[in-house]
Amino acid sequence: MFPVNYVRAKSLKHAVEQLAANPDAKLLAGGMTLLPTLKQRLARPSHLIDIGALRALRAIKRSRDKLSIGAGVRHYEVAASALVREAIPALAYLAGQIGDPQVRNLGTIGGSVANNDPAADYPAAVLGLAATILTNRRRIKAQDYFQGMFATALEDGEIITRIVFPLPKKAAYEKFRHPASGYAMTAVFVAVTGRGVRVAVTGAGPGVFRWTKAERALGKHLAPEAVEKLSVDAQAMNEDMHASREYRANLVNVMTRRAVAKL
Amino acid sequence: MAKIRLTVNGVTHTREVEDRTLLVDLIRDGLGLTGTHIGCDTTQCGCCTIHMNGRAVKSCTVLAAQANGAEIVTIEGMAKDGRLHPVQQAFTDCHALQCGFCTPGMIMAVAGLLKDNPHPSDEEIYRGLEGNLCRCTGYINIVKAVKQAAGQEHS
Ligand SMILES: Cc1cc2nc3c(=O)[nH]c(=O)nc-3n(C[C@H](O)[C@H](O)[C@H](O)COP(=O)(O)OP(=O)(O)OC[C@H]3O[C@@H](n4cnc5c(N)ncnc54)[C@H](O)[C@@H]3O)c2cc1C
Ligand code: FES
Ligand code: FES
Repeated sequence: MFPVNYVRAKSLKHAVEQLAANPDAKLLAGGMTLLPTLKQRLARPSHLIDIGALRALRAIKRSRDKLSIGAGVRHYEVAASALVREAIPALAYLAGQIGDPQVRNLGTIGGSVANNDPAADYPAAVLGLAATILTNRRRIKAQDYFQGMFATALEDGEIITRIVFPLPKKAAYEKFRHPASGYAMTAVFVAVTGRGVRVAVTGAGPGVFRWTKAERALGKHLAPEAVEKLSVDAQAMNEDMHASREYRANLVNVMTRRAVAKL
Repeated sequence: MAKIRLTVNGVTHTREVEDRTLLVDLIRDGLGLTGTHIGCDTTQCGCCTIHMNGRAVKSCTVLAAQANGAEIVTIEGMAKDGRLHPVQQAFTDCHALQCGFCTPGMIMAVAGLLKDNPHPSDEEIYRGLEGNLCRCTGYINIVKAVKQAAGQEHS
């Protein structure tokens, strides 16, 4: 790792000031993505502003029709939270599927959503549930937030403070895990909401996306058979040493059917 | 440089470290507690697992500065008054190690798992140890040891 200056933020305001004062600074939350990146010398921030201990970012709250999760809430806390399990069980399940226990004990929802790895789990729930990302500056709708591989609507110096999920009628998540890393080779979040069915796919394409054809079919007939004959364009999928485009395109269909069967 | 103060196995230490120092390096080189191993250094193998504020974490992927003020337990802190911790005893009884390189991290991960889930099923044990790799045992005896430690060997 290159030399770096570590600063533990005392408050959100302090973190904002530190980012403004140091243009090459980076936020550090759970460190489960950033520290491996730094160890490989793939990034060279001047400062690490640690927001991992900020109480203000650690709350989980539920209202009548919404669930709000602070950016600093760890994956294991979401998986174990009675509030989340009751309000959106599929979200608690998803959090419990991330990586391994040690990663879940440190990694945060804000860090995951800020990083927007194309194989990350949370983006599927955020887009699938039409969540809103709250930052120190504004509110961003999920559909405007995700902008492809590792790209988001976040501006320099902007900090995610919490993510607000409208409660669905029903939702389910199905993931085909990479057997070594645990990341999604392809995973699908299906939500039945007051405004129709939403299907969000992660791991398969360059970034999380909605499979609108399946949403329409499921809106008419909410059963696995409804999507059986549908397909996504394999050319738009990712290809790497683990799986071809065609394989991932097929997984989108299979994972969608499994998720619908679980609803 | 960062001045940090942390409690390791009940003893409070104050040290001056470079900001980029990894917690595992502080534990091994700074405090001489070499029971915590470095297997991969890439957050994959779990050899470096310790408990930080009661949760199992990979100490190769935590900065020492992040642990400022934390309560740390390493493998050296598991035995009490000359008696092995039940998880350590179970690993001995069940022959759950061969070369032993993964063992300290494995034991810390098992202790973390049993804290959250005192009676895990086989499936929950497999999932609970996903962050730890063992290149020798084939895991069978490790799973046996987890069950013994959970007091459900015969269930
Ligand atoms: C072995 C391993 C397996 C993993 N498996 C999976 C998996 O199966 N699925 C999965 O989804 N993920 C997986 N991950 C990644 C993990 O979920 C990370 O926790 C997550 O991607 C990043 O969260 P973090 O809190 O650790 O963020 P950090 O690593 O601290 O930060 C990540 C990035 O986000 C920025 N950031 C952090 N917080 C904020 C904020 N509040 N506002 C704005 N920017 C912010 C940081 O500056 C940095 O650029 C795995 C990681 C490891 C090491
Ligand atoms: S040395 Fe830390 S996970 Fe392998
Ligand atoms: S006993 Fe040798 S790696 Fe596990």
